[in-house]
Amino acid sequence: MQFWRAIKVILPGAAMLATFTISGGEPQTGSIGGKVTFDGTPAKQHAINMSQEPSCAKQYVTPATTESVVTGPNNALENVVVYVSAGAPDEPAPEQPAVLTQKGCRYAPHVIVLQVNQELEIVNDDQTFHNVHPLPKNNREWNKSQPPGAPPVEDKYARPEFIPVKCNIHPWMNGTLAVLKNSHYAVTGGQGEFRLPDLPPGNYTINAWHESYGEQTQEVTITGGQMKTINFVFQAKPY
Amino acid sequence: MRARKTNSTALLLITILAGTSPVKAQESRVGRWTGHRDAGKSLYYRYCWGCHGFRGDGNGENAPYLSVLPRNFVTAAFKCRSTPTGTLPTDEDIFNSITRGLNSTNMPSWITLTGQQRADLVAFIKTFSPRWRSEKSGDPIRIPAEPAVGLESIKHGKELFTKLECWKCHGPEGRGDGPAAPSLTDSNNQPIRPYDFQSGSRFKCGSTNVDLYKIFMTGLDGTPMPSFADVIRPDDAWDLVHYLRTLQITYTGPELRLWESTPDGAEASKAARTSGTPTGSGNYQ
Repeated sequence: MQFWRAIKVILPGAAMLATFTISGGEPQTGSIGGKVTFDGTPAKQHAINMSQEPSCAKQYVTPATTESVVTGPNNALENVVVYVSAGAPDEPAPEQPAVLTQKGCRYAPHVIVLQVNQELEIVNDDQTFHNVHPLPKNNREWNKSQPPGAPPVEDKYARPEFIPVKCNIHPWMNGTLAVLKNSHYAVTGGQGEFRLPDLPPGNYTINAWHESYGEQTQEVTITGGQMKTINFVFQAKPY
Repeated sequence: MRARKTNSTALLLITILAGTSPVKAQESRVGRWTGHRDAGKSLYYRYCWGCHGFRGDGNGENAPYLSVLPRNFVTAAFKCRSTPTGTLPTDEDIFNSITRGLNSTNMPSWITLTGQQRADLVAFIKTFSPRWRSEKSGDPIRIPAEPAVGLESIKHGKELFTKLECWKCHGPEGRGDGPAAPSLTDSNNQPIRPYDFQSGSRFKCGSTNVDLYKIFMTGLDGTPMPSFADVIRPDDAWDLVHYLRTLQITYTGPELRLWESTPDGAEASKAARTSGTPTGSGNYQ
């Protein structure tokens, strides 16, 4: 652990020194930004029937809808994880835990990104029992009951993977734990936009992942200080 | 935080050791038997691979015909464990599953094999997943001695059954017909039924009170049944065991007889016996 701390202090220092010698003072990092959209007709989202769980149902004035495809204006696609899959070094996990909240019998956020070995805290904000059941293929599977008011369920994942998480008691609850190798990632919001800042010059593979439409990749080369724009378009299916 | 650091250091050490030392660790130890993987291999490819598959991934040629899919030994998530959820089972846990089979699935009892043979199979099954080379079995959960069965204990167990929302899947009378039951799927995305307490006296993972205690305190990994280890105190867990036993109307333990001696219990038992769950119907999945 102390070794890593030392590395953390030394590495940025060394990196800074390197940029200083090359560019004479100006840090030359570029960035990649753009927008994720869809083509076609996306599946219609349905109102969730929470009558089975009144304590959650009453939290909504209009019933909550499913989130398998969430869209914004101008065909913007929300909840897409855009990340650097190759070209950037693996990074040690940040100290800050990633927090996933169960509120109103839904996961907030619907898609959460955590880095490999980053602490994950799952909080129960509801007045009902949930069972927290991530379903990894490449990490260990567990399943824990969590009463209202209980301390957060904690875990971390050793290998990168997109892990579906669900609550078996409330079958409409589903989310994704996106475990990534480095901190160069973004999750698109209502406008479908993303930005990956602080990328040193180099070749990168950029992936865009969506829970219903799968994954796309693009190769991008960045030369010093450049701001590159790339866009992703997913083919939407109406079913 | 401190404990976590020590853990990660220990894990690192184990990984390094496992990486460099010869694969001697691929033996099993169960009671007086030491299982050997080579002996287990020939047994596996005679008795097991038809369902569990050539590579142990649960994709044997019989698998498409089974409604509860055979265990995938590559992911190494096992239902019947004495160890916490998410951890590897002990050798003895796997040995016991082979010995008794898994009630309500197609896994039969292999008690016809000798103890040595079953121990050999455990050693071989552990070769399918890389997890056995980088992780140790979990530490078995601590189970305090079972207190005497009493009415107070049963009544408190009944309260817990409601409070912990067991009924959401298992149903208010334990018939496996709770509101969430129809939507349940296992980690193979196959429909799975919650246990119906009126279907007999055996559980998926054994038939004793200790087995029942372990089921809800460790969870059945790969199924919707979660671990309640962080939720139920050990004393309370025994109370819940005592109450759950009263739901098994064909089980001849002391719990049901005692419960039936009270007005509440007599009424519940009478209702359970007459309101028409066809006997044993919950046994087939």
